[in-house]
Amino acid sequence: MSEKTGGCARPTGAVVGENLIAENGELSKKETTVVTAKVGTKAPDFEAPTYYKGEFTSIKLSDYLGKWVLLCFYPGDFTFV
Amino acid sequence: MSAVAANYDTLQSLGVEVISVSVDSQFVHKVWNDQELSKMAKKDIPFHMATDGPGNVGKIYGVYDEAAGVELRGRFIIDPDGVIQAMEVMTPPVGRKMSEAIRQIYAFQHVRKTKGAEVCPAGWSPGKKTLKPGPELVGTVWKEWSPFENH
Repeated sequence: MSEKTGGCARPTGAVVGENLIAENGELSKKETTVVTAKVGTKAPDFEAPTYYKGEFTSIKLSDYLGKWVLLCFYPGDFTFV
Repeated sequence: MSAVAANYDTLQSLGVEVISVSVDSQFVHKVWNDQELSKMAKKDIPFHMATDGPGNVGKIYGVYDEAAGVELRGRFIIDPDGVIQAMEVMTPPVGRKMSEAIRQIYAFQHVRKTKGAEVCPAGWSPGKKTLKPGPELVGTVWKEWSPFENH
């Protein structure tokens, strides 16, 4: 977890290991293979900016190894359910 | 999400960290917390609210709805080894029930504590009978467990 200032450029969540900068400096296109999470397999690692207790910061899933994690996706803020 | 926040103390007592993810920005998460969630949960959201604008994370978890540009309701229980033990995915109009997620966490933690020597049958909740898989149990589960008594 590192503290980040909230700039105007909008950082977003990304899968760890994707979109690596190649040695020639070009952004390598990620393979079209989509890893889909399955029970009984490793949870795909990701990094994402977060809002946490008044701060703009970020998380990386693999930093939580050794702990149980409840990962909850939902349609959107200010939705009704 | 306010329901998760309201159950956060229970989750913490089980050693569970919570991460929520939607396509909304951190800035919208802040305003949602300040304007609405904190009023529903009677406290500020105590966990990380992550942002996944283009659905990069949702796509690999199989919960990103490309047509609508939002995440589906997807809930994953991940163990300390980083392995997904349970997942539940629902379309948006129906909400989840936190007590079911918590029941599953109790069950997976129990199985892990016994190193798989005990398993949790249908409808199990803490304090109820577990089963011990082995040769003696093959074909004799009916003696040990009844859906009428234990479910």
